[in-house]
Formats: sequence, structure tokens, C-alpha cells
Amino acid sequence: MDGKVTLRSAACALVRRDLRLLWRRRGDALQPALFAILVVVLFALALGNERGMLAAVAPAVLWVAVLLSGLLSLDNLFRGDAEDGSLEQWLLAPVPLAWLVLVRTLVHWATTALPLVLATPLLAELLGLPHDLLPVLLLSLALGTPLLSLVGAVVAALTVGMRRAGVLLALLALPLYVPILVFGAGSMSAAARGFDPGGGLLLLAAGLVLALVLAPVAAAAALRIAHA
Amino acid sequence: MSPLIRWFHQLGSPPYFDRFAARWAPWAYALALLTMGVGLYGALFVVPADYQQGDSFRILYIHVPSAWMSLAMFALMAVYGAIALVWRIKLCEILAMACAPIGAAFTVITLVTGSIWGKPMWGTWWDWDPRLTSQLVLLFLYFGVIGLYAAIEDCRAAARAASLLAIVGVVMLPVIRYSVVWWNSLHQGQTIRVFGESSMDASMIPPLLWMIVGTKFWAIGSLLVRARADNLQREAGKDWVRRLAGAQR
Repeated sequence: MDGKVTLRSAACALVRRDLRLLWRRRGDALQPALFAILVVVLFALALGNERGMLAAVAPAVLWVAVLLSGLLSLDNLFRGDAEDGSLEQWLLAPVPLAWLVLVRTLVHWATTALPLVLATPLLAELLGLPHDLLPVLLLSLALGTPLLSLVGAVVAALTVGMRRAGVLLALLALPLYVPILVFGAGSMSAAARGFDPGGGLLLLAAGLVLALVLAPVAAAAALRIAHA
Repeated sequence: MSPLIRWFHQLGSPPYFDRFAARWAPWAYALALLTMGVGLYGALFVVPADYQQGDSFRILYIHVPSAWMSLAMFALMAVYGAIALVWRIKLCEILAMACAPIGAAFTVITLVTGSIWGKPMWGTWWDWDPRLTSQLVLLFLYFGVIGLYAAIEDCRAAARAASLLAIVGVVMLPVIRYSVVWWNSLHQGQTIRVFGESSMDASMIPPLLWMIVGTKFWAIGSLLVRARADNLQREAGKDWVRRLAGAQR
């Protein structure tokens, strides 16, 4: 280290710090996954023990469970840093704010959404999802969850100036989540009826590429507004 | 400095805008009532009944102009928001935020008239069809902008945050606009074309044009009145507002 801050060194430092913080509170890190499992269990119990009906609604239920659990952890994305002042250091840092936002969002995705995607085969089995649909579901979630995180980052950054975002966060995020849900769950229902799920998946991939470029910039602008 | 540019700069000053809005809002409302009156008369009494739908198609003279306005107000809100974010013009923040309730009202009118028409024609009040769903999402986006503006205490930061949300929300506009083209939809496709021949009979079009102009004027009037109220609220306590309040007492 020669004291010069590069994009790479800033990202490494941020990832190391975030992972260490997460490890110190590892109980909290499991909560989104537990929440998603509970939502799935609630659906299974509420719909009664009808295998056929459960299998039919399984893709939609899994998508909604993943989406809601992501929403639950969204408020923590920047709030801790806003409260302890780290966010001001982000604004002053010699690397672009959008880069830090992107790194933070990807770490957040890897620690909250990725475990859920990995747990999906288990949840799918609980709901009796036909096995040939599982690869499509995993692919749609792998493309859809980072997109949800990136769009969510913009919304979380917008509400970071408020003391408690609460329901407003859901009100702002859910309309923007709708197209993602439609294409994600839509590709699943197309696959379930024997059609090609490619269209929805390609649109999700296109959205992900677009969001990877634009969402960090928008979130950075929102953070600057909140901390002007 | 050219007079046009000077006028533009003057308009940015709160007292000047207050006088401007107070002067022109009644005119915009009057023109709106006049053109909408002509349009509604034409729609209800002049235009012949549809050969399939009978008289119930006449609701389109309210449905279509408000649907267009619901999209146009969102675009306008995003444009004002972008100007407010880039050049930090206070008046543009106010105007952007004044667009949101107007656009939300037009969206509600679109949804309500659409489902009133849908019950006899499609046999259902509501269908989860791309265009209907995306219009509903648009309504929630408007609510989000209004909610965010109301939630942040510092009104300038609130307006800027809500403007950014409006700009992000603009990605939804093409989805709504082209939802009947991209997907197989219960909602009918594009029937009115600016270029080329519309698939609507020529005798049915004039009242629609009157209504479109009328809703534009109504939006302008409403925008001026709302922006003026917000402007006065923000400037409350300044000398010119006190004088204005004193003069009217």
C-alpha cells in the first residue's frame, strides 16, 4: 500500500469491512432467509395440503417470498452508515460514490439474496415444484434478485434521510419491482405450460445489465440529495 | 439580454411567479371548461352511436384524454424534476411536485372510466392485463412521489428526492405506452394515429381532439394553482407574502 486509493483497494476495504460486520452479527444475517421460509410455510398451510394446487402456485409463491424478504432487509442497506457517519466519508472519498454504492449493493445481494437462491431447491421441494422447472426458477432468481437489489438500492438511498422509512420504502420499491416480478414469474409460468421461458429471462438479463450501469449512479445521486 | 430570456429568469422569482399564476390560472380553467364543454357536447349529442358498442363507447372521450394526460403529466414531472436537479431552480421543484397529484387524478379517472366501460364490454371490472396493470403501477408511482415529498421534512431536499424518483419511474412510461403493442392484451390496440389513418371513423374524432385540448388546459390551470399554493406556503413569512395577505384582508 503506497497510500493511494484505487477503485480496487476501496472495493476490497469495503467488502472486508461489510463481511466482518456481518460476521460479528451473524444471527441477523440469516433473518431474510428465515423470513422467506416462513412465508413459504404460511402459504403451504393456508392453501391446505393439496399437492396439485401447491405445485401450481409454487413459482409465484417463491418469487413473492424472495421479493418480500429482500424488501425487509433493504432499509439496512445504507442506514447504518448514515447513522454512524460513514456515509459522509463515502461522499468525501476519492473514488466515485457510485462505485462504492455498487460494491455495497453487490455485497448486500451476496449476503441476503444469494443464500435464499441457494436455499430455493429446498423451498421448491417443500412446495412440490416439478423438478424440470427448477433450473428455470434458479436462473430467473439468479437474474432477478440482483436486479431487485440494484433497484432497491436507489429507493433505499432516497429514504436514507428519513428517521424511519417503514411502509414508505415498500410503497416506493414495489411499483418498481412489478416489471421484474412479472418477467421473472412470467418466465416460470411459461415454462410450466411448456412454452419457451427465454423471452422473460432475456428481458431480465437486459434489465440487469441496464441496472448495473444506471442504478448505482441514481442511488449515488439520491445519497447526495439526502446528505446535501 | 433578450426579453424572452429575461422573462424566463423573472418567472423563477417567487413573487413574480405568484402574480403570473394568479393572473393566468383562471384563463386556463375558463379555456378548459369551454373546450371540454364543446368536446362533451360533441361526444354526447353529435357523434353517432357505435355499430357494435352502442352508446357506451362515448366514455372513451373521457377515458382516452385522461389516459394520455396521466402519461404526459409523469413525463412533465420528470422533465421539471431533471431541471430542478441540474440547475436547482426552486420553481421547477415546486412545479414538479405540483404535477404529481394532477397526474394521479388523471390516472384514477382513467382506471375508473376504463372499468366502468369494461364491465358491459369485457364482462369484468378488472383484468390483470399488461395495460391495466401498468396503469395501476403508474398510479402507485404517483403515490410514491407524493408520499416521499410529504415524508421528508426539509421541503427542498424532499422535492429533489421525489424528482429523482420521478426520473427513475420514467422507465415505466414506454412499458405502458407500448404494452398493447408488445403483448397480447385484452385492451384494444392503438386506434388513433397522428401520422397515417386512424382506425376510428373520422366523424368520431373531432370531440376527442376538443377533449384532449381541454384536459391540457385543465392541467395547466391546476398546475398553476397548485404550484402557487406550494410557493406561498414555502415563502410564508417573507415580506411579499405578508403584504399580499395584508392587502387581501
